[in-house]
Amino acid sequence: MLAKRIIPCLDIKDGRTVKGVNFENIKDAGDPVELAVFYSQQGADELVFLDITATNENRKTLTELVLRVAKNINIPFTVGGGIRSIEDVSVLLNSGADKISLNTSAFKNPQLIADLSGRFGSQCIVLAIDTKFENEEWYVYLNGGKVKTETRAIDWVKQAVELGAGEILLTSMNHDGTKSGFANTITKLVSENTSVPVIASGGAGNMEHFRDAFVYGKADAALAASVFHFKEIEIPALKKYLREQKIEIRI
Amino acid sequence: MKVAIIKYNAGNIRSVTFALERIGVSPVITDDAEEIRSADRVIFPGVGEASSAMNYLREQNLDSLIVDLKQPVLGICLGMQLLCNFSEEGAVKCLGIFDQNVVRFKETIKVPQIGWNTIFDLKSTLFNNVKDKEYMYFVHSYYVELGVNTIATTNYSIDYSSAIKKNNFYGMQFHPEKSSVAGQVILENFINLNV
Repeated sequence: MLAKRIIPCLDIKDGRTVKGVNFENIKDAGDPVELAVFYSQQGADELVFLDITATNENRKTLTELVLRVAKNINIPFTVGGGIRSIEDVSVLLNSGADKISLNTSAFKNPQLIADLSGRFGSQCIVLAIDTKFENEEWYVYLNGGKVKTETRAIDWVKQAVELGAGEILLTSMNHDGTKSGFANTITKLVSENTSVPVIASGGAGNMEHFRDAFVYGKADAALAASVFHFKEIEIPALKKYLREQKIEIRI
Repeated sequence: MKVAIIKYNAGNIRSVTFALERIGVSPVITDDAEEIRSADRVIFPGVGEASSAMNYLREQNLDSLIVDLKQPVLGICLGMQLLCNFSEEGAVKCLGIFDQNVVRFKETIKVPQIGWNTIFDLKSTLFNNVKDKEYMYFVHSYYVELGVNTIATTNYSIDYSSAIKKNNFYGMQFHPEKSSVAGQVILENFINLNV
């Protein structure tokens, strides 16, 4: 059976890993490659690297980082942050990234999803969506959660999958940083209304939250950052727990 | 030991190269006929779309070259599928080494299959020191049906071929280069095959 995936997310600034809560009190957390090797040895199923500065000057640093990561780890990884063009994607995939993730740029130019999936295949195009629950609806937010749109998350998911997105990385802004659990309601709605895998993100605080994301949120994978970086949850213990809860997990 | 990775328009060549380097092999990445023919091992990787990949192979005359290779050849993911008879992806006739067809998963499950799934009924020295039901990393929407050449099986709503073998040709649907330690063992076994 296909296993549920556990995905640590590494925020990258100027080629270094940073740790912070809600983008505040950002601290240097060392070399991303060392952390990536550590997580892969701990049993992470995949890694996500998110370039939180994502300026043009930093593209070269990011590309060099992707090459070093690909040389040193033997599990798949996704790179996101500031990707706007076929050229951006081509460079990252040729440097050894398995997938790339798009967010604001895809919303502003949905044709980008079609162009990228046509050229590189849907399997490497992850659509990241930041969503917030307001007035009884889940809306799409852009620019790292700063700009609200009037589009419902579920509508954007359907359109993006139609265009060729191969996976959805769904972050609930209501839950992110709260450590109160993943947004299982919207995750389930998205998962049951799309043909592609869904990664739940935002809100992980304890091991039960991961179980709930899989059982109630119907997520195919669960992503977290701080609980792993601050070693509040260790991946081997998490995986053992999930197995005991009868969830299909790779150990 | 000379290992050639076939260079064409549908490669995940970088990852395969790095994985080989981690086991002490420095591959050559080439589309040169003589380089490929003279290699001790040939790896035929692939991530992409079947019909455009086949068209490219034909244009470059790599199709007949691959079919005639005598040394161990390993097709990975799309590379494995292209070694078969026919693919539903783009409805294209493929290289025909394996008399098996490549079909799409039914839409009753999530497609593409992305992630770690188990391989079982292992029937080749390629899987020496790999345990039954070991997890491997898969990313695909099309699969090879079970048949006489199946040497590993995986279940994703149905049982299908996760690895196949015929004479000197091997195919793997999963990505050994991305499948952690167990994937590395399989790559080492391929390099160390007795021929």
